[in-house]
Amino acid sequence: MTSVAVGDETAMRRIGVTVNGTLQAGEVSVRLTLADFLRQDLKLTGTHLGCEHGVCGACTILLDGRAVRACLLLAVQVDGHSVTTVEGLAPSATVLHPLQEAFCAHHGLQCGFCTPGMLTTLVEFLKDCPDPSAEEVRVAISGNICRCTGYDSIVEATLSAAANMRDGS
Amino acid sequence: MSKAVADAPPRLAPGKGRVLGQPVARLEDGPLVRGRGLFAADVNFPRQLAMRVVRSQIAHGRLVSLDTAEARALPGVVAVWTAAEVSDIPPIPFRATKVRGLEPYCQPILARERVRYVGEPIAVVFAEDAYIAEDAADLVVAEIDELPVVLDAAAEPAEFLPGNSTEPTIVRKEYGDVDAAFRAAHAVIELDLSVGRHSGVPMETRGAIARYVAAHDVLELHGTAKKQHWNRDEIARLLGRPPTGVHLFEGHVGGGFGVRGELYPEDLLVCLAAMRLDRPVKWIEDRREHLVATNHSRQQRHLIRGAVDADGRLLAIDDVFFHDQGAYVRTHGARVADLAAGMLPGPYRLPAYRVAGHFRLTNKTPAATYRAPGRFETTFVRERLMDAIAVRLDLDPIELRRRNLVTEAEMPHVRPVDTLGVDVVLDSGDYIGLMDQALAQFGWDAVQRDLTARRAAGDCVGAGLAFFVEKSGLGPSDGVRISIDATGGVELVSGAASVGQGMETALAQICAEALGVDYRRIRVVRGRTDRIEFGNGAHASRVTVMSGSATYHAALAVRGMALDTAAQLLQARPEDLAIEDGQVVRAAAPGVPLIALAEVARQMGPNSPLMRGRTPGLTAERWFYSEHMTYPYGVHLALVRIDRATGEVRVEKYLVANDVGRAVNPMMVEGQMVGGFAQGLGGALFEEFRYDERGQPLSTTFADYLIPTLSEMPAVDVLIAEDAPSPLNPLGVKGAGEGGTNAVGAAIAAAVDDALRRPGAIVSLPILPRTVRRHTEEPT
Amino acid sequence: MKPPVFAYHDPRSVEEAVGLLGRLENTRLLAGGQSLMPMLNMRFVFPDHVIDLNRIETLAGIVQDAETIRIGAMTRQRDIADSALVRDRLPLLTEALAHVGHRQTRNRGTIGGSLCHLDPAAELVAAAANLDATIEIAGPDGVRTLSMAAFPRGFMTPAIEPDEMVTAVRMPLPQRGHGFSFMEFARRHGDFAIVSVAVLLVLAPDRRIARASITLGGVGAVPLRMVEAEALLVGHEPGAALFERAAETCRAIDALEDAQVPGWYRRQLAGVLMARALATARARAEGVST
Repeated sequence: MTSVAVGDETAMRRIGVTVNGTLQAGEVSVRLTLADFLRQDLKLTGTHLGCEHGVCGACTILLDGRAVRACLLLAVQVDGHSVTTVEGLAPSATVLHPLQEAFCAHHGLQCGFCTPGMLTTLVEFLKDCPDPSAEEVRVAISGNICRCTGYDSIVEATLSAAANMRDGS
Repeated sequence: MSKAVADAPPRLAPGKGRVLGQPVARLEDGPLVRGRGLFAADVNFPRQLAMRVVRSQIAHGRLVSLDTAEARALPGVVAVWTAAEVSDIPPIPFRATKVRGLEPYCQPILARERVRYVGEPIAVVFAEDAYIAEDAADLVVAEIDELPVVLDAAAEPAEFLPGNSTEPTIVRKEYGDVDAAFRAAHAVIELDLSVGRHSGVPMETRGAIARYVAAHDVLELHGTAKKQHWNRDEIARLLGRPPTGVHLFEGHVGGGFGVRGELYPEDLLVCLAAMRLDRPVKWIEDRREHLVATNHSRQQRHLIRGAVDADGRLLAIDDVFFHDQGAYVRTHGARVADLAAGMLPGPYRLPAYRVAGHFRLTNKTPAATYRAPGRFETTFVRERLMDAIAVRLDLDPIELRRRNLVTEAEMPHVRPVDTLGVDVVLDSGDYIGLMDQALAQFGWDAVQRDLTARRAAGDCVGAGLAFFVEKSGLGPSDGVRISIDATGGVELVSGAASVGQGMETALAQICAEALGVDYRRIRVVRGRTDRIEFGNGAHASRVTVMSGSATYHAALAVRGMALDTAAQLLQARPEDLAIEDGQVVRAAAPGVPLIALAEVARQMGPNSPLMRGRTPGLTAERWFYSEHMTYPYGVHLALVRIDRATGEVRVEKYLVANDVGRAVNPMMVEGQMVGGFAQGLGGALFEEFRYDERGQPLSTTFADYLIPTLSEMPAVDVLIAEDAPSPLNPLGVKGAGEGGTNAVGAAIAAAVDDALRRPGAIVSLPILPRTVRRHTEEPT
Repeated sequence: MKPPVFAYHDPRSVEEAVGLLGRLENTRLLAGGQSLMPMLNMRFVFPDHVIDLNRIETLAGIVQDAETIRIGAMTRQRDIADSALVRDRLPLLTEALAHVGHRQTRNRGTIGGSLCHLDPAAELVAAAANLDATIEIAGPDGVRTLSMAAFPRGFMTPAIEPDEMVTAVRMPLPQRGHGFSFMEFARRHGDFAIVSVAVLLVLAPDRRIARASITLGGVGAVPLRMVEAEALLVGHEPGAALFERAAETCRAIDALEDAQVPGWYRRQLAGVLMARALATARARAEGVST
């Protein structure tokens, strides 16, 4: 960044953050948002920026297990914390998370831009509420805007994934 | 009739196929659910610069000066350009609906002497990263002398430039003796109706990343959508390069809806900068920019008159409308006004029709197409008129429609007007039949009984419906090349594009059905000018019709080639052979594979003895031509409840019924309907670009521009009909992209009227709670 | 939409934070970031210094003493919404929180941040005003308290000095079995309310209204305690006609007017919501007491 004195902790910081289970260290400008840190510095571009003012939900990630907007956090704030992005949801390169499976099976996505934020939000939600009603699902993701699907298929996918996860656990 | 039909090539057998017509899982989803897609912002190149656009904060004014010194001095800034630096680049041309006299209204890539809307690009900054670029953009100081603004397209035209008024053209269409019809009419109904300004607003904003690859002397543009080939040709022309030296690439597109993929100032600016600065240049639109910079749509005011006989039969419609084009005419020319004028009559028998569409410039963001352009607006207008006629003649609104709908026996129905330069010929349909199916599925009669009971209990509830005709499959042509490689993999290269709608899966299904392979083994290439010479892109619900038909022909051609070669190798007759799951089999014994397509492809390689003297490869390219569009149709039914005290409208129940000729993938068609409805709901109740009296935009964040969330969405029922396959293409398909949106404003308006028990109460969209509240007030 | 340049500080204690506030000019406190971060991204504010309170552990937590519940300023909205203690003793606050943004914003947003941002339409502001909350404010001279009634100095401006910060909010416990209701009208779920209303009703053993608190959010520049309506209710038996009379006091409000919502409509909504919330609160009070 511009006009930064070397070693000025108020302008640049070294941070260490566990992302999808791996400790990532880096030096960041203090004004860098977490979303940009993930996308630019770590090349984890699955966290999408749809509005950058906290309304659309596309950039939702899990911070210490809780769903939060990555556009409303500074990278420096997650130093020492743990972040999970959409790239960290599937257990392996060949196996999908049950929510990801269900989104595919139930046509829960079209363009796929809002999908990462939907998935991360729902991962936390189903952990808190493993057997939700359709109405509870609707409330849980009312902070995630989808412009393609009209949402119905996302609710169906979520209920199906919840059932599969209950059976599996 | 289209040439393809005239030559009578094979048509697909009716009914569901093994994969065609089945709700199979999409090919697109794997990378998308893993966050491994490639959207515009995900594209990066080493050494890239970030571009930031400085935009006018004034709606109309004389650009006196731009001071860029401080911005240039900021460390990390590489260049700052104003109009002076790009004066050699002409304004952005039209690709559609060119009307003589529109040229002076084209948008320059950076404003010259005048600014005409808040958000107009006036300078660009190039810097080492997006943060610095934004810092520098904030330092550019614009001195602008404010001029009076034009905000109402229905007001008297003003001066755009000396010698050019803000009304460059009037779109006129007419047939029959309209004046005589009005003189003879039993009744004349007049309405003054308005549709608000809203637009596609996809979740992904625009983006453009350009780089010049000196090693190959090629300029590349990434992050593109919709119309790569036309855009490539125009970028090449405007930059003075041969088209072969410019290539456009499409990754994933986060929703199109009409607004993405048109040629905008920023696309040219990144290309120009990549050449001149000799570094890759990346521009990602932010959301606030998007809401003032990307095409708006919809805003029209209609003064419509209908003449009917004593039975309620339409004799004539005479419509004068004012189309709010915004500050410039962009790539679509006069398309939306033309579509509105051409499609207004919809599904009804109409002996005489006259329309005058006043195409007017205002000091707002330029407007163009948005899903069901010209139809969302005119379905609202026409169906409001039908409801008003029903009230005037004391007829049931369904009976009135029944009397006026074009019947199956009258198909194809020639309407003596054109739109988009082609004659309107309603190709096929059983409108009344679909209305009856829809009423039954919605449970219209039971709903009416229920409404009566609920009203008696004090509820403010009502139901309404609206009929629509869509258009799809705009020609003139599209081509597809299909190749099978030596492992049996199939590659389908199309000149169409994906805007996230699932076209890869749809084309793969068609190819798989015709060829006899697993659709999951088909790799669909789209949106790339380096892989196919021509293409007409993805818009106007055309991909499944045009590229789908080309796919069908190409797949049959490849199949024929494979069977010929296999017959040679097997010493059999090709007509006795078939292809099943990638294996050549005897038609009489389909379970016994004889030779794999992979082996056939190997035998057709350039070094194969079989190929001596012939063009090698198991590959074929076919083109589909169409001179007429095909017209899907349908009906929307809505049930609403109004909170009398607040005026809030909740949609409780909704049905979209749509005949799409043939559903290639019913799951995806249903997704189009429900998703399309959600956008229609936005336009009906929530979304509006508002301006204050100085032309300052008031809907510049997602807290002000209200896209429906899950909480606002009712359960939507869908009826996909396949009763009227199109005779214009070998698959019988009609586009499914826009029917879910088309009639939402009209149907909800009818239902709100019904709930209020005030016919004709709703005259404008969006229907705001405070407007409804005015109507629910007890008469004093 | 990238934040402008600022210097970043993340103190570990209130004392350190107050020290920074005293020493630095043009500062902004960063709590949950659900308002400040959008304002930074949109460059509506250009602070020279951002002081992040997220690493001050003592600022978060919910504790009960004899007469109050004390909620630390950095307690996440989510944790308050999930708190069984709050649900039991301050159910109005729990109900208000269901309207605050969405899951993802409540996971991060704090009560102190919301109160200090003081958006006139913010649910927590209206709820705190209605619950007669007391704000604890730390400054160079130690901690002082301010009643919620005195906390708003004006539109989005709390009555705290540049070298002070809010450390906690203390809510007196209403009598068990009280009736409550939080309602709002917003265009979409989770949006800031156009109008919100918080109601608390305590019924005496003779079923008359012993205490009434009514607060409107979104209508005025600051939350409006409807003292006239409250006075009208106390001492009377609850009923629809009485509630309508109380709601009529909304007609006199000098309501906010903006491009989206005219004043008359806000006044009407206020009256409608007040009558409805009173009815709900009454039903709850009677449901518990009978």
